[in-house]
Amino acid sequence: MEQFTQEFFNLDVMAKVAPFLLQGLLQTLLLCSFLIPIGLVSGILVMLLTTSPYRLLRWPAIVAVDFFRAFPPLVLLVFVYAGLPFIGLRVPALVAVAVAFLINSASYYGEIYRAGMVSVPKGQREAARSTGLSATQTLLYVTLPQAIRNVLPDLLSNTVELVKLTTLASVISVPELLHSANLARSLTYNSSPLILAAIIYLLLLLPVVRLIARLEHRL
Amino acid sequence: MSSTAAAPVSRYLLEARGVRKSFGPTEVLKGVDLLVEPGKLVFLIGPSGSGKSTLLRCCNRLEEPDSGSIIMDDVDLLSPRADINAARRQIGMVFQSFNLYPHLTVQKNITLALRKVVGMSTADANARAAEMLALVGLPDKAASYPAQLSGGQQQRIGIARSLALNPKIILMDEPTSALDPELVGSVLAVVKDLRDRGITMVIASHEMNFAREAADKVVFLDGGLVIEEGCAEDIFLRPQEDRTRRFLAQIRH
Repeated sequence: MEQFTQEFFNLDVMAKVAPFLLQGLLQTLLLCSFLIPIGLVSGILVMLLTTSPYRLLRWPAIVAVDFFRAFPPLVLLVFVYAGLPFIGLRVPALVAVAVAFLINSASYYGEIYRAGMVSVPKGQREAARSTGLSATQTLLYVTLPQAIRNVLPDLLSNTVELVKLTTLASVISVPELLHSANLARSLTYNSSPLILAAIIYLLLLLPVVRLIARLEHRL
Repeated sequence: MSSTAAAPVSRYLLEARGVRKSFGPTEVLKGVDLLVEPGKLVFLIGPSGSGKSTLLRCCNRLEEPDSGSIIMDDVDLLSPRADINAARRQIGMVFQSFNLYPHLTVQKNITLALRKVVGMSTADANARAAEMLALVGLPDKAASYPAQLSGGQQQRIGIARSLALNPKIILMDEPTSALDPELVGSVLAVVKDLRDRGITMVIASHEMNFAREAADKVVFLDGGLVIEEGCAEDIFLRPQEDRTRRFLAQIRH
């Protein structure tokens, strides 16, 4: 038991690596600060494509969304990072993360929005259009707000997944929280930094998970 | 032959001729004429599936007719150059299931199109909403959400919402069919009030007693065709067609 505590819950080690891990946390928060908003917005665009009345827009979008939801994000990330230089595009690791995870999360967000739009009764659009609102105004003021409200817990769940997804960026050495923790682990020959990282993720995400549960209860 | 060009000045506010509409293999409207003079209340009656709703929905192009012509106030609605959003402002629509926006207050339900389509200031739109709410007898409901209202109240808000845009005509698609019997009267009272104010309306409905009392013209549809039309008294007391007589007999039992 003593050994176990020493290995995983060594407070001395934790105190020593904490500043280093906080650097990683900042990097994770930086990643999230653009991945989440851009993912939420591009998900709407993806939804507009997959629900488009024009077959030429709809079918390619549906195929792409299905593909990227099934495709392992880690492989996608390595592909973007290591593959783009072959076509003459050398991108910084952070940009590779942004591109790969945006493709992945926009697909997931897009499907959630689509489910939300399907849940809005047809009469809502008809009522709005019958008062002279344009298709865009109808989307903006009538159908989309209701769709988002109907799938808010799912949007938040996906956002939690996205935050955890950023840990994959460690694979291409982006110094985010998990990467920092793993580095600290190998430098201290001790696993406590990983536990500290887990605690930080928990503190970050548990309130959101609680909120999701409350929202689901309300609906 | 359906007339394709609008006469310079028609005596009709709404002039639909030869309207046809199919859903898949089913032809729901088989060449229907609907002529509405300004200030009149026209009732569409007929069994369910007769095409009443589809005809109404063609009149503001919620459904696209396959052929025929629809002239509203000398504007050809089916012309490719028609500004359908502008035209729809002139054509109010009231739905069987109300279709109020559940995420907006009553006030915002009424003012949304006033602000976004007409371009009214929020203050002016709110004043207009208050006026409309008084008209339908619900002056204290501006801040309520639709879910907090009874069906009859919701439908009166639905009427207020379409009336706020000051339309030339209001189409009502079975406005009382989803209501509990005791709530029907409050909605019909509003309709009667609108009629007395000279607002042109076309109503698809099964409220035969109300039709007899309030309608200027009754149109009986069956199987996608107009079988008979005339003033309420003629249709209800002296129907000429067999199918009309049978339908009225069924309704009374």
